[in-house]
Amino acid sequence: MTFFFYLFAGVAIGGGIGVVMSKNPVASLLFMVTTLAAMAGTFVLLEAHFLAAIQIIVYAGAIMVLFLFVIMLLNLGHDYRKDLKGGAFAVLSFGVIGSIAGLLATRLRTADAMPAEGAIAIDAALAEHGAVGAIAEPLYTTYVVPFEITGILLLVAIVGAVVLAKREV
Amino acid sequence: MITEALMLSAILFVIGTFGVLVRRNAIIMFLCIELQLNAVNLSFVAFSRMFGIEGQIFVFFVMTVAAAEAAVGLAIIISIFRHYETVNVDSFNLLKW
Amino acid sequence: MSAVIAPVIALAQGGGQAAAEAAHFEPFLPGLVVLLPLLGFVLNGILALRHGRDSAAAVRRGEELDLGDRASRPATHTLPTWIGPGVLGAAFVITLVNFARMFGADLEAPVIVHYWTWIATGTFTVEAALQLDQLSMIMMMVVTGVGFLIHVFSVGYMRDDAGYPRYFAYLNLFVFFMLVLVMGSSYALMFVGWEGVGLCSYLLIGYWFSDREKSDAGKKAFIVNRIGDVGFLIAMFLLFRAFGTVDFVPVFAEAETLVYAGGLVTAITLFFFLGAVGKSAQIPLHIWLPDAMAGPTPVSALIHAATMVTAGVYLVARSSVLFALAPLSSAVVAGIGVLTALFAATIALKQNDIKKVLAYSTVSQLGYMFVGVGVGAYAAGVFHLMTHAFFKALLFLGSGAVIHAMHDAYHSTHSHEDAQDMRNMGGLKTYMPITWATMWIATLAISGIWPFAGFFSKDEIIWQTAAFGGAENAPYAALYSVYWIVALAAAMLTAFYMTRMMVMTFHGENRTGAEESKHLHEAPAVMWVPLAVLAVLSVFGGWINVPEAIQTSWVGLFGALPTGEWLHHWLEPLTAQAHHIQEANLGELAHSAPFGGGEVLWATISTAAAAVVVFLSIRFVGGQKTVPVAQDETAPSGFGAVLLNKYYVDEFYDRFVVQPIVRASRFCWKTIDSLVIDGAVNAVGLVAKAFGWGVSMFQTGSVNTYAFILTVGVLVILGVAVL
Repeated sequence: MTFFFYLFAGVAIGGGIGVVMSKNPVASLLFMVTTLAAMAGTFVLLEAHFLAAIQIIVYAGAIMVLFLFVIMLLNLGHDYRKDLKGGAFAVLSFGVIGSIAGLLATRLRTADAMPAEGAIAIDAALAEHGAVGAIAEPLYTTYVVPFEITGILLLVAIVGAVVLAKREV
Repeated sequence: MITEALMLSAILFVIGTFGVLVRRNAIIMFLCIELQLNAVNLSFVAFSRMFGIEGQIFVFFVMTVAAAEAAVGLAIIISIFRHYETVNVDSFNLLKW
Repeated sequence: MSAVIAPVIALAQGGGQAAAEAAHFEPFLPGLVVLLPLLGFVLNGILALRHGRDSAAAVRRGEELDLGDRASRPATHTLPTWIGPGVLGAAFVITLVNFARMFGADLEAPVIVHYWTWIATGTFTVEAALQLDQLSMIMMMVVTGVGFLIHVFSVGYMRDDAGYPRYFAYLNLFVFFMLVLVMGSSYALMFVGWEGVGLCSYLLIGYWFSDREKSDAGKKAFIVNRIGDVGFLIAMFLLFRAFGTVDFVPVFAEAETLVYAGGLVTAITLFFFLGAVGKSAQIPLHIWLPDAMAGPTPVSALIHAATMVTAGVYLVARSSVLFALAPLSSAVVAGIGVLTALFAATIALKQNDIKKVLAYSTVSQLGYMFVGVGVGAYAAGVFHLMTHAFFKALLFLGSGAVIHAMHDAYHSTHSHEDAQDMRNMGGLKTYMPITWATMWIATLAISGIWPFAGFFSKDEIIWQTAAFGGAENAPYAALYSVYWIVALAAAMLTAFYMTRMMVMTFHGENRTGAEESKHLHEAPAVMWVPLAVLAVLSVFGGWINVPEAIQTSWVGLFGALPTGEWLHHWLEPLTAQAHHIQEANLGELAHSAPFGGGEVLWATISTAAAAVVVFLSIRFVGGQKTVPVAQDETAPSGFGAVLLNKYYVDEFYDRFVVQPIVRASRFCWKTIDSLVIDGAVNAVGLVAKAFGWGVSMFQTGSVNTYAFILTVGVLVILGVAVL
């Protein structure tokens, strides 16, 4: 299991670096799909089966395809210009982000010491309702109002996207 | 396991942030933001091992928002591209009076 | 005064005031006394503004408002004739009714008429309230009574002036502030009036503001007065610090908690006296009053002789309790007073301008008043204030009549000779006999000739000086003997310079000029009637306060007057506390002068000496050959030149006060302000600008940069949270 985790982690990190470093947007996008798939794998390892599924279906499938459409629509697929900012700015950025990572790391080291009570509850829920039911049960009971609001949000996003993207008639 | 997952989350977040900072292509920047969101999602999932199913539900919401954001953001990129014929963010400096 | 009192008593008794209620004083519309002059100011002010607008419109039309023809004058020019003196007359009548009621009542404590709370901040409150007591009543009588006469005189004097409504507006405003000064129930309210009369004084001195010299004189008066006002303010602050209030009644009630002759009470009284020195033109701040003669002559009579300049004396008399507690301050008051009396009298000896003589005479007489209040004879000081208001107002108004006639005479030939210079006068007796007679009465009064008003008041002050110095435990006893001698000497000088002025003006040959003298004329009735009324008061005004010690002797008319020490007893409720303090600390006053002799003897000696001086100076000055200004080439030398140039005080101040201040101000302006302060301000601006310029570098318009800055922010917050 640990082996798989490190495998997925390695693929995800490699994909991430590929996203950032690729000159071609299409290549970036494909690296991104790879990363998302690898992360879906870690989700499975963390017993989030339903999320792993929608990660593949919605993220890697729908959203990334949307990106791909846009790249193709704008005809950016042949754009090999180097658009990485270089020099001092990149170094400085790296330094700042590295510091953030370092600070986070000092804290994350102690996370395992905390009791994993959630895992027991999730295991029980999975046994009782199944992978979908475990997450659907609270979503349609406790969190039904936020859930409905996300529906409205999506509607608004669709309308907004149409208004922004359509040509002037 | 949780620690490793959080570490992975942090590394991916950092990579995403670095991408946002150094890339000029708006679509790539967008992809990097998605990467940051995913890194956070991973954190949520990892924390759900400690605090319960709510972490996973939150991931669900984040994905919804990410989808909405992607739709609107890409629409904006399209309309900008129509105007400037480029998606290079250095080409427009509207965020300056 | 007794001429006024008699009908007033009748009025009071016939006015339905039952004898049973005699002990109760009911104020009669006291607010109206103050408000009527203010109303006059508003009405006259509106007329003045309309007048100014109309004449400006006329100038634009290419015409000029014709004021020469009395029949066709506009309403803006005729209405002030009735409004100006009218409001004063009404205020005087109300004051008389109040006086009659107070006369009938046995008023022990001051009556406070409260209107509203003016200032309320924390523990400090100032009420807008009027205080009616014996002292403010006397002052109200003088201000409204003499003021009314001067207003009437002004009608004749100023009628042909283009700014006639403006003149009456200022004059009414002055009376309003003067009444606030004398009727206010606290030092704060008194200060309002104090500043207000200063303002009106400035406005009226510079009334003919198109003349640079005259407007400068106004400024000088205003600025010199400010020095004194600082003292007044500091004294008020000290009072507040000591008592937490500046109302008269509580302050005097608690005054005796202060240490006798202690530092605090001495400081308070000295600072108050600094204010009084400024307002009443005492050494060393006397320089503004002679220059103030630039204003119209009735203004000099009202403001710079009868009322405003006596405010300082009123202040000291009002604060009698405080001054009685501070023997050093009292000695300073009397010392400054006696020094000023002598100093100004010597200057007056050599002046040729008729108004300058009177101005220095006023300064000198104010000095006498300060001697009076300085030796604890508060009633005597107020008494001299009152009689001086009568005869000095009369002298000024008389000189106004003379100047009026002289001005008309020179106007007829378009001559530019000085209408105020006595060298151009002479022999006016035949042209203006009423003015001549009334002014002689005033001259005898001011010279201290028996039985005129000035004799009783001045003699009282001189005698009290001797008596105070001879008291059992008197501080600085020898000093008071000197004061006494100097005061006597100054009285002789007074007799001389006043007689000199009269002789030069009215006697001998006429020097106005052959053509001009045909146009010399007696003043019209509207001007000479006030003169006559004041002349009556100058004769009899002193009889209200004949000292008991001399009442039955010949100088006291052998007891024929039933009003012996009336004013003294009248003011008793207010001065009793001060006298009590004085008696407790100084013991009994002396009954004989430093060289022996009682009050009767010295009164006789002084009046006889004054009479001799008057007689001799008529012979001496009359015998001198005086020539008109145009031909006068005699420049006095030696001490005479020093006197003519007023001891070079103005020059001294210019050299050692004004010029250094001008230089210091220039330094502050050029170096401190322009260079240092402006430089600092500009430097701060430059720093902000540079900083802004530097920070604006971050605003690149690039999303990446903004994201980077945001990330740095995250790092900082994270760093603070984690570390």
